[in-house]
Amino acid sequence: MTVENTILICAGGACISSGEQSVKSTLEEEIKKHGLDSVVKIVETGCMGSCNLGPLMVIYPEGVFYQNLKSQDAKEIVEEHLLKGRVVQRLFYKGPTGEIKPRMKEELPFFTKQVKVVTRNLGIIDPSNIDEYIANDGYFALNKILEWSPERLIEEIKKSGLRGRGGAGFPTGLKWEFTRKSKSSEKYVICNADEGDPGAFMDRSVLEGDPHSVLEGMMIAGYAIGAQYGYIYVRAEYPLAIERLKKAMSQAYEYGLLGKRIFNTNFSFDVELRIGAGAFVCGEETALIRSVEGMRGQPVQKPPYPAQKGVWDKPTVINNVETLANLPVIINKGADWFSSIGTEKSRGTKVLALSGKINNAGLIEVPMGTTLREIIFDIGGGIPNGKKFKAVQTGGPSGGCIPDEYLDTTVDYDSLTKLGTIMGSGGMVVMDEDTCMVDVARYFLEFSAEESCGKCTPCREGTKRMLEILHRIVDGEGKLEDIDSLEELAISIKDTALCGLGQTAPNPVLSTLRYFRDEYESHIKEKRCIARSCKAMIAYTIDSEKCVGCGACARACGVNAVIGKIKEVHKINQEACIKCGSCYVACNFDAVKKVDAVDLVED
Amino acid sequence: MLPNVNMVKIDIDGKAYMAPEGKNLLEFLLKNGFDIPHLCYHPSVESIGACRMCVVEVEGARNLQTSCTTVIRKELKIKTHTNRVEKSRKMNLSLMLSEHPNECMTCDMNGNCDLQDLAYKYFPSGEPTFGYSKRGIDLDDSSEFILRDLNKCIQCQLCVRVCNEVQGMSIYSMTNRGYKELPATPYELPLAETDCVNCGQCATICPVGAITEKPSIGKARWWETKKTKTTCAYCGVGCQLDVYADPKKNEIVRVTASEENPEVNDGVATCVKGKFGYEFVNHPDRLTNPLLRKKGKLVPVEWDEALDYTTKKMLDIKEKYGPNSIAFLSSARCTNEENYLLQKIARAVIGTNNVDHCARLCHASTVAGLARTFGSGAMTNNLLDILDSNVILLTGSNPTENHPVYGSRIKRAVRNGAKLVVADPRRIELVDYSVLWLRHLPGTDVALFNGILNVIIKEGLYDEEFVKNQTNSFEEVKSTVEKYTPEYVSRVTQVPAEDIVKAAKIYGGATNAVIIYAMGITQHVSGTNNVISLANLAMATGNIGRPGTGVNPLRGQGNVQGACDLGALPNVYTGYQKVTDEAIQRKFQKAWNVENLSPTNGLTVVEMMNAIIDGKIKALFVMGENPRMSDPDALHVEKALKKVELLVSMDIFPNDTNKFAHVVLAAASQYEKDGTITNTERRIQRVRQVINPIGNSKPDWIILQEISNRLGYNMNYSHPSEIMSEIATVTPIYSGISYERLEHTGLQWPCRSQEDPGTPILHAGKFAHIDGKGKFVPVEFAEPPELPDDEYPFYLSTGRILYHYHTGTMTRRVKEINDISPEVEIEINPSDAEKLEVKSGDIVKVTSRRGSISGKVKITRRSMERMVFIPFHYSEAAVNELTLAVLDPISKIPSFKVAAVKIEKV
Repeated sequence: MTVENTILICAGGACISSGEQSVKSTLEEEIKKHGLDSVVKIVETGCMGSCNLGPLMVIYPEGVFYQNLKSQDAKEIVEEHLLKGRVVQRLFYKGPTGEIKPRMKEELPFFTKQVKVVTRNLGIIDPSNIDEYIANDGYFALNKILEWSPERLIEEIKKSGLRGRGGAGFPTGLKWEFTRKSKSSEKYVICNADEGDPGAFMDRSVLEGDPHSVLEGMMIAGYAIGAQYGYIYVRAEYPLAIERLKKAMSQAYEYGLLGKRIFNTNFSFDVELRIGAGAFVCGEETALIRSVEGMRGQPVQKPPYPAQKGVWDKPTVINNVETLANLPVIINKGADWFSSIGTEKSRGTKVLALSGKINNAGLIEVPMGTTLREIIFDIGGGIPNGKKFKAVQTGGPSGGCIPDEYLDTTVDYDSLTKLGTIMGSGGMVVMDEDTCMVDVARYFLEFSAEESCGKCTPCREGTKRMLEILHRIVDGEGKLEDIDSLEELAISIKDTALCGLGQTAPNPVLSTLRYFRDEYESHIKEKRCIARSCKAMIAYTIDSEKCVGCGACARACGVNAVIGKIKEVHKINQEACIKCGSCYVACNFDAVKKVDAVDLVED
Repeated sequence: MLPNVNMVKIDIDGKAYMAPEGKNLLEFLLKNGFDIPHLCYHPSVESIGACRMCVVEVEGARNLQTSCTTVIRKELKIKTHTNRVEKSRKMNLSLMLSEHPNECMTCDMNGNCDLQDLAYKYFPSGEPTFGYSKRGIDLDDSSEFILRDLNKCIQCQLCVRVCNEVQGMSIYSMTNRGYKELPATPYELPLAETDCVNCGQCATICPVGAITEKPSIGKARWWETKKTKTTCAYCGVGCQLDVYADPKKNEIVRVTASEENPEVNDGVATCVKGKFGYEFVNHPDRLTNPLLRKKGKLVPVEWDEALDYTTKKMLDIKEKYGPNSIAFLSSARCTNEENYLLQKIARAVIGTNNVDHCARLCHASTVAGLARTFGSGAMTNNLLDILDSNVILLTGSNPTENHPVYGSRIKRAVRNGAKLVVADPRRIELVDYSVLWLRHLPGTDVALFNGILNVIIKEGLYDEEFVKNQTNSFEEVKSTVEKYTPEYVSRVTQVPAEDIVKAAKIYGGATNAVIIYAMGITQHVSGTNNVISLANLAMATGNIGRPGTGVNPLRGQGNVQGACDLGALPNVYTGYQKVTDEAIQRKFQKAWNVENLSPTNGLTVVEMMNAIIDGKIKALFVMGENPRMSDPDALHVEKALKKVELLVSMDIFPNDTNKFAHVVLAAASQYEKDGTITNTERRIQRVRQVINPIGNSKPDWIILQEISNRLGYNMNYSHPSEIMSEIATVTPIYSGISYERLEHTGLQWPCRSQEDPGTPILHAGKFAHIDGKGKFVPVEFAEPPELPDDEYPFYLSTGRILYHYHTGTMTRRVKEINDISPEVEIEINPSDAEKLEVKSGDIVKVTSRRGSISGKVKITRRSMERMVFIPFHYSEAAVNELTLAVLDPISKIPSFKVAAVKIEKV
């Protein structure tokens, strides 16, 4: 019997955590109940990208896109869509205002501006089935390049203009060339899958949704530099990625696509998984190498570079997941095709993880050169609740914040660097007017101070001193000279820290100082937090004109700080108030006000 | 060894310099007088660029670069003291100080603290930018020697690196992250509960007060002490030490390794004895006056009385019984100059060749065995070039305990990729580092090595070219080893036949293979043959004369090599010149201005004791030895000591020998005199006076000179350097030696002229025999003279342990060391313990045909079944009362390593 319907269910991390498993099991039960199991095929795919719409599914042949599914919706879909051929309109995507109702995934504004290269198979194939990867051109590129000389392959990648997607943007072909030229009978390829930036999940999605593309990429890199062995360094916090990689590896070995004499050539390649224990610094290549070797993951001074002396002191290429996943496509479609996408100095696409105060949080892939405005407002759907956009943070703890006047900046390596931030691995955290930029700097610095390996003085002690100053400022105890101290520390840390982590750790502070210095100053001089986010500087009061004495605020207060009898105007006891904001949320009459504590009039 | 260094032009602060390409930039800057601050750099360990104090501006680099991790390259252009650089240094320093307590007043490192010095320089007039703070971590004072105060730690990781890279124990590693990162022991155990061997290198290298030395705390401020460089006398490695003494109290306060001689002890390495074993010097037991036996009791007397008595008695005995009735025991603990004087007195003044010393008991068989095969009986290579070896064959030696600094270097060689093969009945620590362990029965060495050679020849792994061009008599050995098939050898040694084949393939297949051995090879009745069997192996495979190869005996005491070199042997003058050679005799007669030097060989150590019992020797002069404890069949020795008419003992402590003496001469210790000693790799190094002699004690060379003058032979040396000048004139292999040349580094003999740089590797290109060729000597396996039987079912083996030295006279007077190892531990195998129904700590009685001792049991797999190991440091359980005084017929070395004993639970 032929399959009449194929249902693709997104099994990305976000959809799984929002209930994909129960939707799927209900769906299966219903299909069985109605005897449709022989004509309906269910496929769990990798992340489709629109994470805050999950759980999601697409039903073919029509390509109908259902979102925000509950387990009981599955029953309706089976009975209506599959049995009666009637689409379930109420499960269609609704725009921020509720009016748009495209039925096809491709019609969603979230998807229309994207160009999928790295994420080409995400949401389309079953990542645990090698045949589906092969059916989508999988391992064709490997087959192709094995007929080339490694030099030709390196030339092709150089020509494509591909730059490392891990953050620093070093030209991949050049890196390979250096490693190829290092003399050694033993060389290694390492896939850096130690994605650690807060708010980043690009690599995880690719590993979970298309693990074979990474394996194929590693083999292409291995052939280019003359390596016979590869390690995938993936963090233990990605159990699903590890599981899918293991499965993919065992299938590839079974098919002879890994191991000895691949495609009956002299090329042999083995891959081993190394599970990281969750240290951010292990994403730094020299620390990663130490960790692969079973030592404490601490960076070592470069040079020598891994291309000369890497894992086990042998020449090693370390490429990031996204870089590797690009490779098969570049080979299949050609360097010229690839370099036609993007900007002059940043070719191809970039996978980004949108998060924060944005309507369409999720995983996207756009051509290099797309503006921040297009990303945040067209694809991301803008800021929720009618709030004002304030800044977007890129590059995680190594990056910086970009304010609204630069929204038309294009996303590419060089433009972002000019703004004092970096592309990084692709995390984008959007902030609205309620976000305090000093607090943002504090948040990222806290991360860096916690994740500093402790080896070099500036990073170990310097980030802690900076953090202490930031704590002081958000606690309303800042001193004027604190800003100078912050800058002095930041410059020294950047100039003397051993590795990339330390050298970039002050960036969130420097960039917020650059664009939001007034917020620092108002914290220190006026004891005001412009975003009214720092608890030490805000207070809640009750507007006696608006208060109807309903008592909702008093009931919400956990510390009995709201005083007042029913039907009388309530008051907040400032000494008891812990500024949790419960009363503010509870009030239906807009009577509870958030004010600057310094403006509080004692009565 | 030394690759050709390419000099390249670099630019420092606008000036051109020629610098060695590929070398460390900071090292170059410091050598050239640039004042570059640094806290985490030490030349003895790998640079990691942690503290970031040594940053410089490098042209073309975006960030400041740490000079300690920068490699010198062509056209390198740096600036060392720009505003940007100085600002960063100051910032980083203030960051370190912000996590450091301001406790200099009570810190033991006050005055020698790199952090303190930098704080003084960068913040001369006030608080550092971020002040000070204290972490509030409890002290770890569990160790006898090491005090860890992590409140003061600046996370430089030097302790971690030195323990990993140099010591090879890896006790420390960094734990936690960020500002919580600190060096920790495994599971954060107190240091005393870890495997720490108390080498003290972490304390030596710590740039601040985070790791200090408990025995030194409170004794003297650094600026109150005087630093003197000298040579450690505790073993043949000859570590170069900086000894700090308080001149006011005439007391040693602390010891560190000298950074000047990394070729010997890595610029930082010490063992527990060298580092902490100095307290005996000021011990109240020290002999501070000469003693004379009056009415059966030894009483303190003036020097004149003691010396007059001694010399008068000696002259009387010489007159009455002839010169050969007097015998001299020289000492491997005394200097070259003192050994020279003693044998000179014996030969030139008394007229006898009856002079020997304890080398007879350790490496006489080495001298005999290697002289026969190679033409010269000393360590062929040097201590450093083991790092060039691909294969190390270690046998009958336990370096991590007996030559600890060298033991650590073996571990480093293994870490660098060398394959270690251990052949030893005991499961020594280095077995854990080996690729193959051959556990042969005690006394079956010849069989084992002949067996390995058999396989090497059969498999064609020998070096045909080398054998043909550089050796003689290969065919004889070839036919001798034919019957030593792996199967036969396996039956004799109990080593599985396939392991013998494996060992042969590893050793025979190596590019550079080195043999290292010690007393497990030499102290046998077959000692000389054992050595020869090893020499045959090395010659057959051409593993000689190159870096990383050779046959390397490790000498036990600090100056065994030197005492032998200087003629404290009954058959040779200095430099192994035969007493029976007339031309040589005439040379010495002329040099010493005497007539009729004795042309016959004198008696060896054990023979002397027998001769006393037989009534042939009437006077015994002992310098710095303790034969009652160190010689085999000690009860027999005691009989001799009691019988001799005149027993003179020169020592620093009362001991088991001088309690029988008629005269005891109070000598000064190695820290109280000048001189030289020669280490195991033939390196002559300076011993320097650190403090004044204790009480009325005198350096041995002064005592000997006064004795000689009283005996009628005038000696008038004002300093040991004058004695060395004389040695150089009569000793070809020492001709180029002078104190001026030894000021900074030692010299390895042969060193035949002032221009001769010395000889790191013997037999390079040609052997020491007259024809320049090595000589294969066939040797056969013979069973040891006493084997376990029904009555005495256990093998007994003796030796040393890490914490003690020889007869314990020194180390047992160092409180902390003796606290760690206060009494004998009799090592027996768990299955034997079960059969004997004893637990660890039970007292057992060990009896041989000659005597019995009692002591605590230690149950350990280090001992094989039916074998017991007992160290000889403890006079209350003197194991040499059990050993067998049967001698190797060639070298006269006794059989310390095999005797039969029985064990009974008490």
